[in-house]
Amino acid sequence: MITKEAAAPAPAPARADHEPPRPAKKRHPAWDEVPRWQIYLPLGVYLVFTLVPFYWILLFALRPSGSTSLVPWPMTFDHFEKVWTDRSFGTFFENSVYVGLATLVMTTLVALAGGYALARFDFKIKRAFMLALLCSQFVPGALLLVPLFEIFAELQMINSLGSVIIAETVFQLPLSMILISNFIKNVPYSLEEAAWVDGCGRMRAFLVVVLPLLRPGLIAVGSFAFVHSWNHFLFALMFLNNQDKQTIPVGLNTLMSADSVDLGALAAGGIIAAVPVVLVFAFIQKWLITGFSAGAVKG
Amino acid sequence: MAQAAAVAKPPAPPRRRRASATPRRLPYLLIAPAALLMLGFIAYPVISVFYYSLQDYNPTKPWRNGFAGFDNFVRIFTDDPIFWDTLVFSAKWVFVEVGLQLLFGLALALIVNQTFVGRGIGRALVFSPWAVSGVLTSAIWVLLYNSQTGITRYLADLGIGDYGTSWLSDTSTVFSAAVVADLWRGVPFFAILILADLQSVSKDLYEAAEVDGASRFKQFWHITLPHLKDAIILSTLLRAVWEFNNVDLLYTLTGGGPAGVTTTLPLYIANTSVDAHDFGYASALTTVAFVILLFCSIVYLRLSKFGGENK
Repeated sequence: MITKEAAAPAPAPARADHEPPRPAKKRHPAWDEVPRWQIYLPLGVYLVFTLVPFYWILLFALRPSGSTSLVPWPMTFDHFEKVWTDRSFGTFFENSVYVGLATLVMTTLVALAGGYALARFDFKIKRAFMLALLCSQFVPGALLLVPLFEIFAELQMINSLGSVIIAETVFQLPLSMILISNFIKNVPYSLEEAAWVDGCGRMRAFLVVVLPLLRPGLIAVGSFAFVHSWNHFLFALMFLNNQDKQTIPVGLNTLMSADSVDLGALAAGGIIAAVPVVLVFAFIQKWLITGFSAGAVKG
Repeated sequence: MAQAAAVAKPPAPPRRRRASATPRRLPYLLIAPAALLMLGFIAYPVISVFYYSLQDYNPTKPWRNGFAGFDNFVRIFTDDPIFWDTLVFSAKWVFVEVGLQLLFGLALALIVNQTFVGRGIGRALVFSPWAVSGVLTSAIWVLLYNSQTGITRYLADLGIGDYGTSWLSDTSTVFSAAVVADLWRGVPFFAILILADLQSVSKDLYEAAEVDGASRFKQFWHITLPHLKDAIILSTLLRAVWEFNNVDLLYTLTGGGPAGVTTTLPLYIANTSVDAHDFGYASALTTVAFVILLFCSIVYLRLSKFGGENK
């Protein structure tokens, strides 16, 4: 920046006799000259739409039952206590964390192995495999509930969290693998080859050279896997009948489908469901856009 | 595949230099876990759906089970008005949702791609509903739409509308109410993807257009939009498939009601298999849904000439 500006005046005098010195060109082209109100007005309107629902659920969670005040005052945490113990959200929370973390680990590891193969090797069934990955995007998990239920019944995994973990992982895999293979393709192969020349095996070269560069991508993929399995509802609803095994979304659905909905408890349960996701989201924000653009469609 | 999985020996270590040059079995070993999981839990269930679609299969009425030929399919197309209703509703739902989400998502991405004070927090807030689940979205909007203490009560306090209005139980308002709830969570998806793709537009192009005196709209039309084309095509397709398949929100928000007016085809299938235990018929419906999805996807990719100019 500085050098450019410092250098700018130098050629100017040389041309001075041919053309008058032009005023310094503005730093930012028109794209940055959008009038401020054209940014803040639509953004503000949209933020109202985004934030009012969040405020609404906080309001219901924090104000006493029966209150119609629009501010959560006097504030109460009764709803949280009730939902955490009486409605077993403590147990659900534990189950959801377990499912989320296990899905994250499995998806990332399996997708990393497969993604590496797709990025670095040419092998006979590669095209067929890629096609299968793409096609699987069109297979709706919701429509496979019955056969999946029968498979898990055969494996004696109904009512075990393992069934949900496997199902979530399987449906996360294709996209994760495609993304990760794109991330790996962005790491020059020559880096790895240089490490081999230095005496590293393929595995060590991968761990030392490639893996650190994949960090933003892996964080994006891993957090997706976590958030997705944390949020997903149908598999848990179908495969886990036992109250002790259920996850947070199923618990929320139970609260909602009760004959007279306890709105305070529902709101508190919703906030408990949102907290980990919000934390993950806050943590990955800065990696998300980079991770996405690195693995974007154009690879 | 089986032989690849069976031979789990790593490439022989003695030849130090050669060990790094593509060992033939390594790629197969690496994709084996993924391939096995997908064979067992996607391919096999898909095949069994096709198989059951030709069967009468209902665990609660075992005496009728057996080969049915194409009876299930004949019943779908000739004797099942619900199928047609849910198909039409699915199409309407997907079209409206994806269209509006793309429109708002594109606008938002262009806005938060500008440089302005508070951009970081603005982005974070705008994107925040992205991570909210379908069930939690339902919970939030159930609170908002609640007839006693929801938003309508406070609107009525201001003289807008009537007390006790319940948008979710009125067949004339339930569609819009559900669309708004799903938009709330769906717009950030497009905004994030498009924003990511905007990062790779070359600044030189805008500067060149600037020099040529192109208006901002022209720059958008001739530079930004063509650049985003592939990303838009792919994300709309993925989102359309997703909106079609995903039943979380409608299942929990409206349950497909009132009077079945918000039942999508997958929701109908879920009800047919879960509540009615009519697995054979549900499988036939699933097969039909597959074929429709596949057909629409291919037509869409063809019509939009995906990737056409680059390759």
